[in-house]
Amino acid sequence: MKSLEELRALREKMKSQTDNRSVAGADETVIKVGMATCGIAAGARPVLDALLEEADKRHLHNVSISQTGCIGMCRLEPIVEVFKDGQKYTYVHMTADKARKVMNDHVVNGNPCKEYLISEN
Amino acid sequence: MRELALNILDIAENSLSAGAKNIQIGLKADTQRDEMEIRIADDGCGMDAEMLARVTDPFTTTRTTRKVGMGLPLFRFSAESAGGDFSVKSEKGKGTEVCARYKIGHIDRMPLGDFGGVVLQLITMNPDVDFFVTAEFDGEKGVLDTKEFRAVMDGIPLNAPQVRVFLRDYIQENLVTIYGGRL
Ligand SMILES: Nc1ncnc2c1ncn2[C@@H]1O[C@H](COP(=O)(O)OP(=O)(O)O)[C@@H](O)[C@H]1O
Ligand code: FES
Ligand SMILES: [Mg+2]
Repeated sequence: MKSLEELRALREKMKSQTDNRSVAGADETVIKVGMATCGIAAGARPVLDALLEEADKRHLHNVSISQTGCIGMCRLEPIVEVFKDGQKYTYVHMTADKARKVMNDHVVNGNPCKEYLISEN
Repeated sequence: MRELALNILDIAENSLSAGAKNIQIGLKADTQRDEMEIRIADDGCGMDAEMLARVTDPFTTTRTTRKVGMGLPLFRFSAESAGGDFSVKSEKGKGTEVCARYKIGHIDRMPLGDFGGVVLQLITMNPDVDFFVTAEFDGEKGVLDTKEFRAVMDGIPLNAPQVRVFLRDYIQENLVTIYGGRL
């Protein structure tokens, strides 16, 4: 059974590891998932899980993923906001699969997934 | 919402918006009595009586000018449509306690769903808030306390990938197995 003892061992292991992360800084990508009632009801949780999973799998250290409250567009939930290269991209009607594609095409390779973006204006 | 776990997440989000620093989540089931209870308590900003009346029952209030949310009403509905009851206690400046009870076997009771996943999300996405989570099932009890984790981790964040993997298993073994993973 997982115990605090085991967590202590994990801490020691992590503290002894040299930090080989690429330095987060100006090139950091910030991703926010709307987690208000309507977002949750529309499926924001699997979207968030897919983003975290992709980030772990690809060891993306200059990506920060967090949740946010009401974005004010209930009918477009689940919504994912990506802040990258000084711009804000709003992805709407997201699913776990779309989220993985955004991670791959946009966050990693720099090509926004235009088909999922909220139509401008 | 199709899973009570999603209601739990939503209600805990209220606590987070209320500036809570400590959030307790309690899940309790007694199969002999066919009862289960979900309790979320926080030390956030709380609400006054007028506010409380309005947010738990937005349809009978005369005030329509201010926006009312759906989170509390949905949670209330989940309990009252499943042979249970619902209560919110709140005190301005002190905190809030939301409690929903269900008849486990009621035909309209929604399944609990991915309780473990919701707990993992809450404790890893909110580095400044401590969670105390309990699962009780027919006398068996499991506990998770993020204060203990943070004391051990000594500054390493709970959302570090390796820690997250540990926590996922910890939740599974200490909370989810208590009720057998399906409720
Ligand atoms: N735990 C809490 N502490 C303080 N205020 C709360 C809490 N829960 C709910 N509220 C108040 O009740 C309102 C309605 O909550 P809710 O029904 O979840 O809808 P929403 O969160 O979308 O506003 C919130 O906006 C907030 O003002
Ligand atoms: S209430 Fe729906 S996005 Fe905020
Ligand atoms: Mg709410």
